[in-house]
Amino acid sequence: MQELTLGQAVNQALREEMSRDERVFIAGEGVGVSIHSDPRMATYGLLEEFGPRRVKDTPVSEAAIAGLAVGASVMGLLPVVEIMFNPFFTIAADQIVNHAAKLRYLSGGKSKFPLVVRIKTGAGIGAGCQHSHNLEAWVAHSPGLKVVMPGTPADAKGLLKSAIRDENPVIFIEDMILNFVPGPVPEGDYTIPIGVADIKKPGKDVTVVTWSKMLGAAFKAAGQLEQQGISVEIVDLRTLVPLDEATILESVRKTGRLVVLHEATRTGGFGGEIAALVAEKAFDMLKAPIKRVTAPDIPVPFSKPLENFYMPNEVSLMEAIKELF
Amino acid sequence: MDNNEQKKLLRMMLLIRRFEEKLVDLSKDPQKLGGMMIVCTGQEAVAAGVGAALAPEDVIISNHRSHGHLLAKDAEPDLLMAEIFGRRTGYNKGKSGTLHIAAPEVNALCTTTVVGGGIPIAVGTAFAAQYQQKDFVTVCFFGNGASDEGSFHEALNMASLWNLPVIFVCENNIYSGAQRLEEHTKVKDIADRASAYAMRGEMVDGNDALAVYEVVQKAREDCLAGAGPVLIECKTYRWGGHGTNDEQLYQPKDEIARWKEQCPIKKLKASLMQAGTLAEQEYQDMEYEIRLIVERAVQFAEASPWPDPAEALEDVYA
Ligand SMILES: Cc1ncc(C[n+]2csc(CCOP(=O)(O)OP(=O)(O)O)c2C)c(N)n1
Repeated sequence: MQELTLGQAVNQALREEMSRDERVFIAGEGVGVSIHSDPRMATYGLLEEFGPRRVKDTPVSEAAIAGLAVGASVMGLLPVVEIMFNPFFTIAADQIVNHAAKLRYLSGGKSKFPLVVRIKTGAGIGAGCQHSHNLEAWVAHSPGLKVVMPGTPADAKGLLKSAIRDENPVIFIEDMILNFVPGPVPEGDYTIPIGVADIKKPGKDVTVVTWSKMLGAAFKAAGQLEQQGISVEIVDLRTLVPLDEATILESVRKTGRLVVLHEATRTGGFGGEIAALVAEKAFDMLKAPIKRVTAPDIPVPFSKPLENFYMPNEVSLMEAIKELF
Repeated sequence: MDNNEQKKLLRMMLLIRRFEEKLVDLSKDPQKLGGMMIVCTGQEAVAAGVGAALAPEDVIISNHRSHGHLLAKDAEPDLLMAEIFGRRTGYNKGKSGTLHIAAPEVNALCTTTVVGGGIPIAVGTAFAAQYQQKDFVTVCFFGNGASDEGSFHEALNMASLWNLPVIFVCENNIYSGAQRLEEHTKVKDIADRASAYAMRGEMVDGNDALAVYEVVQKAREDCLAGAGPVLIECKTYRWGGHGTNDEQLYQPKDEIARWKEQCPIKKLKASLMQAGTLAEQEYQDMEYEIRLIVERAVQFAEASPWPDPAEALEDVYA
């Protein structure tokens, strides 16, 4: 199987979907001519292949980029637009939260907005809090949007294809560090359904629900705990909205213990949603309190020791899991 | 400007140039200096010219290309360097790094790397001056690319409407990331955008520190006299890539060479030497002194402690 980074997997999905369907176009800052000529980047080479009609380099104008997607999609195009870093989503947020998410409802179901907003996210790049801020809970809190956050290159390819073929606005959030980690990706056309979680590793004693980059920390912790006799089941959510409640509940009913792991800060984070779901629907199956392992409620600091402190890792996850036994 | 002041201008440009050359050099080894690195090489005349026209009580709002702005506002090289190194002794205790340094001590109140994000904030600091009837102006630095953001247009409209004492300084270095000016806007001169808000727009050679100084000084006087905001477009050029990780594949080599001929430091040095007010030896002494300042700053930063990880939790709330 081919080995690709998440960025390359996204690139392949874009290329295949643009070839398959003339209505797909991409737009964003540097999606055509980027300052990087790095083939690991998601839109590398697409301008050469599809030309400037379908690969639109835009001015630094996040609100207009998002609005472009809203207007073009209602007219029958399939826009895939890019917001360079997650914090700049807030500039596009009016168009995404107040318009993309609500206009179908406001039309009484008559119009549809089949658009994708790709957003790069994640700490660990030494760029500080105005480039690193995981805001998935903000979008998940806006009814009308679907929210996808892949943790492997293979999932990224299959999920992006589903997102492009979906008739709704989909927010597709890609962790930047995952652009530097290759993994196996099937060749050719395949899709992964939006709204279906994946049990990345089966286990008996504790369920770890996680997504995106934190999948790596979950695997590391699970490997070490296995040697200490604790069997960890890793549920990779992949999609936050719609949420695959059944897979989460089934896993917790089996293991009786739950830890939610995410890189975003704690208060109002999506981990709280998972915890509430399990408390509501599987409380009597729990052998121990639910735990959340998250970043502390602070902006992402620049200095290396501070940034490392910010990001949850396998050590903090293992500590939390051990407290459940 | 008298001779001494002109020499100060030259010295400041030289300090900015050598300070950043050192940074670029150090960042080649990510173990020594990690993270993104964005410098203003070639654009020093804007920072120095603006800085020379301002009083200590004047406020600046800066952007991602900030080192020059901060030095020209008399920020301490040691504390700047330590912040860029992520050390506890830096201006922001390592929270900020190179991209968002704030030095309230010298009224460099905010550096934002959200493109266009600082422009509305400058409306706020200028409003405070008007409200409190204080005699200071705000200068907001941003690039040609930032003038495409909605924040630019909303801020200029409000500043003009309310006659606020703010000087919007656009450093038009022809590029916005990998895009050339004509690829991101139909407007040829960013200064023209002022007319849409019934505001004065000025254009100046951004590689001529004296010219920048003069136009900013005049704007400052007008602002303090209550004549309202001014948009100043400084025509300049980014010698390097957007950041140090940029191979500049899209930037024509002969264009770079042509602009290097227009080096702001070379320009002012030549004019001072021609006028007989600067001797080569004096210039060499200046170089030497600046090299010591930069070396000392690096030594200070490298000898400074890293923050303790738990310090990450501090400073979130007052
Ligand atoms: C809101 C926002 N969008 C995108 C970026 C990424 N970005 C950083 S600098 C830059 C180009 C800015 O160009 P310009 O304003 O002309 O300033 P210059 O870098 O040329 O000094 C971009 C797109 C950002 N930092 N903020």
